[in-house]
Amino acid sequence: MFDSLTERIQGVLNKLRGRGKLTEADVNDALREVRRALLEADVSLAVVKEFINQVKTRAIGEELWKSLTPGQLVVKHVRDCLVELMGGTQADLELADSPPTVILMVGLHGAGKTTSTGKLALFMKNRGFKPLLAATDIYRPAAIKQLEVLGNQLGIPVYQLGENASPLNICRGAYKQAKENGNDVLLIDTAGRLHVEKELMDELKIAKEEMKPQEVLLVVDAMTGQDAVNIASQFSEQIGITGVVMTKLDGDARGGAALSVRQVTGAPIKYIGIGEKSSALEPFHPDRMASRILGMGDVMSLIEKAEQAIDEEQAQLLEKKIRENQFDLDDFLKQMQQIRKLGSITDLLSMLPGVGSAIKDLPVDEKAISRMEAIIQSMTAQERRRPEILNASRKKRVAKGSGNQVAEVNRLVKHFDMVKNMMKMFTGPKPKFKKGSLPFRLPF
Amino acid sequence: MLKKLFGKKGSTEAEVPAVPSAEEQTAVPDAPSEEAPEGEEPKLKKGFLRGAWEATKKLALTPVDPWFEAVAKGLDKTRAGLVNKVASLFKMHGKVDEALWEELEDILITSDVGTAATEKIIDQLREIVKEKKLTTAEPLLEEMRTILGAVLNYDGADVPEEPVDPLNVEPGRLNVILMVGVNGTGKTTSTAKLTHRLKSKGHKVILAAADTFRAAAIDQLLVWGTRLGVDVIHQNEGSDPAAVVFDAVNAAKARKADVLIVDTAGRLHSKVNLMEELRKIRRVLTREIPDAPHETLLVLDATTGQNAVNQARTFNEVANLTGLVLAKLDGTAKGGIVVAISQEFQIPVKYIGLGEKIEDLQVFHPKPFLSALFGETDG
Repeated sequence: MFDSLTERIQGVLNKLRGRGKLTEADVNDALREVRRALLEADVSLAVVKEFINQVKTRAIGEELWKSLTPGQLVVKHVRDCLVELMGGTQADLELADSPPTVILMVGLHGAGKTTSTGKLALFMKNRGFKPLLAATDIYRPAAIKQLEVLGNQLGIPVYQLGENASPLNICRGAYKQAKENGNDVLLIDTAGRLHVEKELMDELKIAKEEMKPQEVLLVVDAMTGQDAVNIASQFSEQIGITGVVMTKLDGDARGGAALSVRQVTGAPIKYIGIGEKSSALEPFHPDRMASRILGMGDVMSLIEKAEQAIDEEQAQLLEKKIRENQFDLDDFLKQMQQIRKLGSITDLLSMLPGVGSAIKDLPVDEKAISRMEAIIQSMTAQERRRPEILNASRKKRVAKGSGNQVAEVNRLVKHFDMVKNMMKMFTGPKPKFKKGSLPFRLPF
Repeated sequence: MLKKLFGKKGSTEAEVPAVPSAEEQTAVPDAPSEEAPEGEEPKLKKGFLRGAWEATKKLALTPVDPWFEAVAKGLDKTRAGLVNKVASLFKMHGKVDEALWEELEDILITSDVGTAATEKIIDQLREIVKEKKLTTAEPLLEEMRTILGAVLNYDGADVPEEPVDPLNVEPGRLNVILMVGVNGTGKTTSTAKLTHRLKSKGHKVILAAADTFRAAAIDQLLVWGTRLGVDVIHQNEGSDPAAVVFDAVNAAKARKADVLIVDTAGRLHSKVNLMEELRKIRRVLTREIPDAPHETLLVLDATTGQNAVNQARTFNEVANLTGLVLAKLDGTAKGGIVVAISQEFQIPVKYIGLGEKIEDLQVFHPKPFLSALFGETDG
């Protein structure tokens, strides 16, 4: 786990406390930590250097060094700078004066172009547009099929001419069909290509010149490393891009490429891909991205993660059970399994601001939940419904069956009682749980 | 031991066979002219590993030529390009000072080596400078070679004449190779390329389409199966991948195949349920064949940054990796992440993917890679 950036900077500055005036060298020391954090997040070196210079000018001017907690202030400045550089929320797409609006999706192999094309089409369909998809990836086996399957699932038509047609002809045909059928958006999925492959880049250039798309969106993998600057600048220079879709942000990559790409191309990040489902596309939030790049807590993402993992129906059922005082060990088990879906406990905790470094050396028992699961699963249905019937001999059997000590079984029962009581308190006269909100405290 | 391997300059030279100069000339018709301008360029900050990858790439793509000749070729290219850059960094600075370390740090970081691994390498070098009381930077090149050799777990083995597939594949049994990785790294393409390699060596290969999630992933593998003339065991989209694997093992046994390659769905390593699915696939394999999977290869996209370390860590925990496949190394990929990963885990790079053609998967060997990086600088 990374130390929290704030703490690291504070550490540097603490050493200097009481020495009176801070020199520029001291400031540099603090910013070195920022530099490191950015590099660890895969922001490209050139971009980092430029960024650090900017922050420095800004930070020195404001005499923040007199503050009691200059570390926090430095981080705040850094974060503000990042947010500013990555631009506001600019998810709006340029629309054509006379439909169809043409959107060209470009990028490297495996960045997630086809998936993002599908997601964006659904996004627009949900906003009342009538999209048409064009499958021009004639190179990768079954790429056309992939788009077709997606189109089928989403109820969006797909135009294709097979693998032997030229991408340009497919574009033309698709445009014609869109006009005839009244599709107001044409999304063109292109083949993955390296920014150094001249032939393929030329193919794209020609398609762009002919189709005159309102939007050329570069699809970038959030995990991209230092090469992000080269990729972005090549696509930007050779093709010209109007925006960026950043994919796979549901992983744990810090996504420094977002800053690099933005800096190099000047094009805004318009959407982010945050999951495997077709609905998992969102407008970009620069503030969240800034926290993420700096490795700071990301409460919003935590909440969203919980929302994704927790089934609304189950949550309502549970709420009812709690109110009727019928919450039993089976429900407890289900809850634990849902929490497990959120990821490792360490990961979850690290999303909470301030916790990041505090738990660094704390041994978090990731297996605790598994153990509890095993214990509950070793009980009979009756025991799960009415844990109070667990007497010494039953407990002994359960312990044996789950490979635990009786003490563990006791602890679980005690824990369960605690949770149950806690929940009773939470459920007041008119409890209203919002979708996905955790109805009670996590059992650890 | 490493001293023995790298310490004597003479020995490294001896390992590179003397190729008749005339032949060498004809073997590299375009390299010199291509590299001439680059050699003079005092740009140091770019392409620390790039030159080495390019040399390795060139070497790996040399089809029938003995590898030795290709080594010489690779070194030629490198001498003109990269080594000059790194070497001239050490030369230009002359003395050892902070500016030198900073420059070196920049070079390493822009190659995706990562801050932690970079710091470690530089700390080691600083230590050596102190110990040996070095005042000039030049000898550091050789020291760095030793350090990187150790990082890459290079055991000093020579490059074989014919590249040997570094796989735990034995005759007389069904060998199972499991391909894993996050989304979009090139698992299916690498699977197809590996199939081609093994098939051309006389193995009977069967493929299992265990990516039942992504749209048309099964079709993608089926197309490859038809092109390569191998059977692909598959079920419908959305079915349990573990069930596909179970079927595939039985089909492979019945059809007397000796290699089964399982192409799995891309999964982000941070998604617990998907990693559990992978565990289940492994469980099924081990239940059917006690020592399977014999190889579990993590396919990494060479353009990936520091997140690749997390990928390697989690996949290794869940699936006991036996090797890495570094895909998409063509183009300007940096691939320095290999250094970061090797620094932390004992997982060797087994293959590198160098293009879109079916032959473009090649065996990785650390020796030419290191030689390309640090070979014969003062020769």
